[in-house]
Amino acid sequence: MQFPRLTSMSLAVAAALALAACGDKKEEPAPPPAAPAAPVAKPEVTVNIGHVAPLTGPQAHLGKDNENAARLAIEELNAKALEIGGAKIKFELLAEDDQADPKQGTIVAQKLVDAKVNGVIGHLNSGTTIPASKLYSDAGIPQISGSATNPKYTQQGFATTFRVMANDVQQGHALGEFAAQAIKAKTVAIIDDRTAYGQGLADEFEKAVLANGGKVVTREFTTDKATDFAAILTKIKSKRPDVVFYGGMDAQGGPMVKQLKSLGLKAKFLTGDGGCTPELIKLAGAAAEGQYCSLPGVPLEQMPGGKEFGDKFSAKYGQIQLYAPYVYDAVYVMVEAMKRANSVEPAKYLPEVGKTDFQGVSSKIAFDANGDLKNGAISLYQVKEGKWEYLQTIGGAAAEPEAAPAPAADAAKPAEAAPAAAPAATPEKK
Amino acid sequence: MDIFIQQIINGLVLGSIYALVALGYTMVYGIMGLINFAHGEVVMIGAMVALTVINLLLGSGLPGVVMALIGLAAAVPVCMATGFAIERIAYRPLRNAPKLAPLITAIGVSIVLQNVAMLVWGRNYHAFPPILPSVDFEVFEATITGVQVAIIAIAALMMIGLTLLVQRTRLGRAMRATAENPSIAQLMGVDTNRIISLTFVIGSSLAAVAGFMVSANYSIAHYYMGFILGLKAFTAAVLGGIGNLAGAMLGGILLGLIESLGAGYIGDLTGGFLGSHYQDVFAFFVLILVLVFRPSGLVGEKVAERA
Amino acid sequence: MMRFEALRHDKRAAIAATVLIGILLAVAPFLIGSAAGSTWLRIVDFALLYIMLALGLNIVVGFAGLLDMGYIAFYAVGAYMYALLASPQFGLHLPMWAILPAGAAVAGIFGVLLGAPTLRLRGDYLAIVTLGFGEIIRIFLNNLNAPVNITNGPQGISGIDPIRIGGVSLSKPIDLFGFTLPSLHAYYYLFLALALAIVFVTIRLENSRIGRAWVAIREDEIAAKACGINTRNIKLLAFAMGASFGGVAGGLFAGFQAFVSPESFSLMESVMVLCMVVLGGMGNIPGVILGGILLTILPELFRHGAGPVQQAVFGKILLDPEALRMLLFGLALIVVMLYRPAGLWPSTRRRREFKGGAA
Repeated sequence: MQFPRLTSMSLAVAAALALAACGDKKEEPAPPPAAPAAPVAKPEVTVNIGHVAPLTGPQAHLGKDNENAARLAIEELNAKALEIGGAKIKFELLAEDDQADPKQGTIVAQKLVDAKVNGVIGHLNSGTTIPASKLYSDAGIPQISGSATNPKYTQQGFATTFRVMANDVQQGHALGEFAAQAIKAKTVAIIDDRTAYGQGLADEFEKAVLANGGKVVTREFTTDKATDFAAILTKIKSKRPDVVFYGGMDAQGGPMVKQLKSLGLKAKFLTGDGGCTPELIKLAGAAAEGQYCSLPGVPLEQMPGGKEFGDKFSAKYGQIQLYAPYVYDAVYVMVEAMKRANSVEPAKYLPEVGKTDFQGVSSKIAFDANGDLKNGAISLYQVKEGKWEYLQTIGGAAAEPEAAPAPAADAAKPAEAAPAAAPAATPEKK
Repeated sequence: MDIFIQQIINGLVLGSIYALVALGYTMVYGIMGLINFAHGEVVMIGAMVALTVINLLLGSGLPGVVMALIGLAAAVPVCMATGFAIERIAYRPLRNAPKLAPLITAIGVSIVLQNVAMLVWGRNYHAFPPILPSVDFEVFEATITGVQVAIIAIAALMMIGLTLLVQRTRLGRAMRATAENPSIAQLMGVDTNRIISLTFVIGSSLAAVAGFMVSANYSIAHYYMGFILGLKAFTAAVLGGIGNLAGAMLGGILLGLIESLGAGYIGDLTGGFLGSHYQDVFAFFVLILVLVFRPSGLVGEKVAERA
Repeated sequence: MMRFEALRHDKRAAIAATVLIGILLAVAPFLIGSAAGSTWLRIVDFALLYIMLALGLNIVVGFAGLLDMGYIAFYAVGAYMYALLASPQFGLHLPMWAILPAGAAVAGIFGVLLGAPTLRLRGDYLAIVTLGFGEIIRIFLNNLNAPVNITNGPQGISGIDPIRIGGVSLSKPIDLFGFTLPSLHAYYYLFLALALAIVFVTIRLENSRIGRAWVAIREDEIAAKACGINTRNIKLLAFAMGASFGGVAGGLFAGFQAFVSPESFSLMESVMVLCMVVLGGMGNIPGVILGGILLTILPELFRHGAGPVQQAVFGKILLDPEALRMLLFGLALIVVMLYRPAGLWPSTRRRREFKGGAA
């Protein structure tokens, strides 16, 4: 007869724990101070920020890049000795590996929820970000991704999901417009790598090309692990397009550009942010000359603090791979929201994240009602003398998705009101 | 027409690469009846070592081809040592174990090698420096690069060389005896342990060459590159009839051609319903078809019902 | 091991052991939840899913001796069945009780589809064909978003309905006689119940005519045929049964995650399930269960340990903890197989064979 007592006891304990872990709205998990009222000796509070990306497996180089950026931002913020809610704040980064596997994505998300992190930066892939976002949402923890571009991520109706990068729709539109208007391409061939990112971007690009009166002569496919593209490029050659667009990453884009040249294709090569890296030029060699790519946001050099960030990052971790600036911004957006709310409590600062108006190193960041980047600007680059040279920025309005005008219009109101309330939000950059 | 010839050339090049890797699989399988799942990882190590050495030599002012050859010369012994160690540690103790046990250790070895490579060479992709002279040949308006010609030639030469080794030399006879029946071979005075070690070492040196050629051709190397390559090569080896050297070559070339022609024409043939994203489906479909009618591969020996 | 053997003969001890295990399993989520946190409970939930998968694959590989390297395809079929029939994708919202059997049935049909053309193949040839089959399924799931959008392609299907039992959604804490049962606990009990059902079915199968026929085929196909066993049907049955278990696990996975995408069903997953079966002890049900638990939990243990342990021992992080984690996992696979080549907990028959010399 001891058994029922044992069960009920463990039941009660576990229930209490689980409740705490799940961050029931009424209960504040409350690590931070009971002391804001009496600032005699200022207590130091540790604020845990979770970061998730694949650190092993084929995308590990991008994952580590993201983690390094988050780490850099955290170190800078700690050096500033911030005070929030009357307590000295020490930020701590809890970096996790999800191996780009959705199942592991939810396991590490649970780990972060259990660890009562105050916010989460990540994940890197849409495939892990989406299932994990449900856990964060249930726990009321704000999540800002710097790289998950699947539009679905922010359309699930969760209040906690944000992204500081243009989604596929926005970028695909800008790229299509650029191909039709600036390169004056009449015919394009499209390749994608059958990942959520590549396929999403390629679909949007195709729509935009058609909308601008262009013609898609063929759509070809590869995988994110391939190295040989001779067969599809040869087929494309027979269709004689003006532009070859690739939706995918630099590791495939580089060899693809090289094989494109060696097969004697005259078409220009155009790709999205996944290929907009120095890595692509390195892998493609001389064949990269004159090719195009796009990146959400504005070039680092043109942003206040951007060059400084770039120098600091490369001095510490080497070349920026891809998403580092966005992740860096994501950390700042989160911490600025904490400052404005004067609280590190997820429940208290979450509303402030939505009201962000922040000058980041990647772009000016404000969110629409879904938590998507508002008026995401897209910049285009071309390889000149072995380097990506900035060409032009296709600004916000044109890149707005046409598909969802109604919520976007609603979104404008609360966010518009924000700047007035948050002048303190602008970061103190020297 | 030029497009069709170009596709055939694409297929030949890709197929020769598969064949290069498949030869290593088949060598080991022929002797031990064991799928060396870690072979793809040895290929990766070959590529990485060659690349590292070449990058060290870049400033030396040596001609590009010499640098490349030194890189290759460095990769071969490293891979041989790796292959030797793999056999000693992960396969030899399990020679009499249930059949699937070495498969699991092979998977373990593969995971270990990948992560060691990640610790040593980092997570980034490495570019093969443009040191080899870029010569392009025109064949009926289709293009083939010098490196690609070399790949086809080396694959063919290796296949012939290995066949001669196995059929004509003393060592080859010992290998065949070991493959036939290890315990009887031992009774006949063959040091089977030595023969099996040697087979692994030879297979691994092939892997070094394959890794070097792959990274030279695609100008890319990465700690994860071995997995897909190994998988495709394994498929090729089985298609040809695993354990048979000519079969590995044939299977490799065939798989390359199927993939290339599949990606090139499947879209037009099916009216756009299936596209190049079904390239691998097409390849596996052909494989299944071949095995349904020839259960031991194209040129594989007929295995008696009782193996 | 001797004590376990004794249980078979001593009925009272067996009942006591069953009751004890039952109690342990019933309170496990609360013990784990309070001692280690919900992360570990989530991991245990996944471990239960993998146990179902491993038991399913065990029928094919362990009992019938057919090396299947594309098993995860059936998991995928089950998961997509659930996703398509209970999500906004087609606007269908069928209940779990309708979908899970349907998923099992469809996965079973796929199992027969795989089995039929491969009846003549053996060993490594069968391995590569099944591997190809697994890839074909994944590639189709990844690409069937055009010309007609069925699977939503690489984007995956999101917003999948949580599993509901009697109108109660398991994805939210449940009020139960004054207690609140958290979602992870509820899923634990559901998964446990189905895993136990699968264990029960497998045990009954093992000792049935069919089970003995499978073993006969594994040991010697020709002799089995000569004894009057219809090897074709029995082999196909093995594929179908194994696949249907995978289908059930897949459906549960989809409901649990509320999101499916093709990247969850990669070749590496098939390989992992195969490792569970072989490492645990092929053909032996407790062994396979052990393998499933171990290979799910081990990487997570390393995840929690790799960084902190280095910190404690060396005072700093010497090796990248993530690389170290996978490195240790690979080493564990090698070491276990070297020291227990027949698996951690082999079946008595296998153990005898192995001790007898030739494999």
